[in-house]
Amino acid sequence: MSLSPEHEEFRKVVRAFADREVRPKAAYYDERAEFPTDVILACGEQGFLGLPIPERYGGAGADYLSYLICVEELARVDPSVAITVEAHTSLVCNLLYHFGTEDQKTRWLTPLAAGKKIGAFALTEPGAGSDAGGTQTSAREDGDDYVINGAKMFITNSGTDISLLAIATARMADGQISAFIVPVGTPGFEIGRKLRKIGWHASDTRELAFTDCRVPKHNLLGESGKGFNQFLAQLDDGRIAIAALAVGQAQGCLDECLRYVAERRQFGRPIGSFQAIQFKLADMATKIHHAKLAVYHAGNLRQNGDPFKIEASMTKLFATEMAVDIAREAVQVHGGYGFIEEFPVARFYRDSKVLEIGEGTSEVQRIIIARQLGLDPGLR
Amino acid sequence: MNIVVTVKQIPDPNVAPQLDGNRLKRTGVAGVLDPGDEFGVEAGLQIAAAHGGEVTVVSMGPAQAMEAVRKALSMGATKGVLVSDDALQGSDALHTARVLAEAIKNTGFDLIISGVESTDGYTGVVPQMIASILDIPSATFAKSIEINGDTVKINRQTEKGYDEVEVQMPCVITVTAGVNEPRYPSFKGIVEAKKKPVDEPGSPVAGESTSQNVESVNDAPQRGAGEVVEDDGSGAAKIADFLAQAKVI
Repeated sequence: MSLSPEHEEFRKVVRAFADREVRPKAAYYDERAEFPTDVILACGEQGFLGLPIPERYGGAGADYLSYLICVEELARVDPSVAITVEAHTSLVCNLLYHFGTEDQKTRWLTPLAAGKKIGAFALTEPGAGSDAGGTQTSAREDGDDYVINGAKMFITNSGTDISLLAIATARMADGQISAFIVPVGTPGFEIGRKLRKIGWHASDTRELAFTDCRVPKHNLLGESGKGFNQFLAQLDDGRIAIAALAVGQAQGCLDECLRYVAERRQFGRPIGSFQAIQFKLADMATKIHHAKLAVYHAGNLRQNGDPFKIEASMTKLFATEMAVDIAREAVQVHGGYGFIEEFPVARFYRDSKVLEIGEGTSEVQRIIIARQLGLDPGLR
Repeated sequence: MNIVVTVKQIPDPNVAPQLDGNRLKRTGVAGVLDPGDEFGVEAGLQIAAAHGGEVTVVSMGPAQAMEAVRKALSMGATKGVLVSDDALQGSDALHTARVLAEAIKNTGFDLIISGVESTDGYTGVVPQMIASILDIPSATFAKSIEINGDTVKINRQTEKGYDEVEVQMPCVITVTAGVNEPRYPSFKGIVEAKKKPVDEPGSPVAGESTSQNVESVNDAPQRGAGEVVEDDGSGAAKIADFLAQAKVI
């Protein structure tokens, strides 16, 4: 893992921002399951909603590693904020930047990367999760428009006050899957109710419905019929970012444990003086260290333009399973206090499980890794 | 407009301070840009943005104080001056002011902005001494700053409220923590800060760096236990009395 002194300096800045601007509000928004619009706009003002995007498209003109650092440090205090930034950047800004026409970038990427608005990526459907190729949503040509029909599920950032658009995948008449920019407010684009989740309460997750939803032909993103494969390649980017999110959240758990074990006394001693507790914390620190090395190793490969597919999947798999383990152990270290909502580890515990599911389940990661090892996974 | 902001690196206030003899250890310990100086840098940047000009940060300290200068540059200052000289170790407030005043004179200035006091030494006199040495007016404890031509108008924080004070440039202004919200440096700002020019002269002032000798350092007295008052219905009145006695209300 080689982060430059500039990256380490940037980490300090994001950490200070997260401590001052995000941490004090995390429990408030979680408890109310309310989207933290003010916090996200504050992130936007710092350039955190467009870190890897060039300045000419509204971005901060930073790089991919600084983006990973940002997601990690935000997750350390509030995974809901981190996933909002991650889904917006990895899935939406990244796709618009790589596949958008100049007009699309000017019109749609710029307000997103500048942090004035956020975007949603609508791939998953009620019946198409890991099997994203099973997309049922359809797009048919009609004059100068495409007409989209279908439903999408678990779509992050889709129904907030600052949501600008969804990038929705749909099957064309020739059977190929393409993607379309669908602005919020387009007739026939219905933003469904906010889903009640066991974690990530402050992130906005919804069901979307498209009913004869017309978008102009120039809203097709990328080449017709090639969208699906192009996008799958870009999803590797997001996997490293989710791993960074997992590392940050696990570090947040360890921070809370270190504070708690120094204060909590049982049998006349701080519980941090018991070896049973010390070993738990030593294990946590060791796992976080290794997951972090993996994140920034994969991040460096990505930043340098080297292949990183297997590393992205291995890192996502390892870091997210680690984060779930550590959240569980962090609650254990807190005992009964870990089971009540006043303590941040309870929130981290609820927030952790989805890490093994979103942006490719642990099982999907294992399939990808096995394929990269040259094994035939038996899927046809 | 040439805006000079004085900055200082202090040992990280979140880490227990270490002593080097009877003096605060400053090298080999984690240092940060004095949080009080961030308000000065922000004030300078805002004035430069609104009225034109550039911001030069001037500092005195050991070589590692460059980190604090770079931090100010990463916020957006144009260039820096770091006076670093072994002969300056243990400088008292007056000698520090002489050195900074000389460095500022060499840089050129219309407006000098400082924090009210450092967050380690807390003498709170260096900015006024700089003004005196440069023979220019100073206006202190600014909670707001307004520039009109070559006049600087500040709201000067007092115990009861604030005074409106006007001074002519060139002048020294000290700013309180309430004057603005310091910006966070961007990644690009951090990268660019490494390329910005920083002048590193030796001490421009000869002579003894201090006329003071710290005889001993003692721990602050432990705070005594508070008074516990059972609320028998008169709790609110008792709190009000206590606050009135403390002259808070």
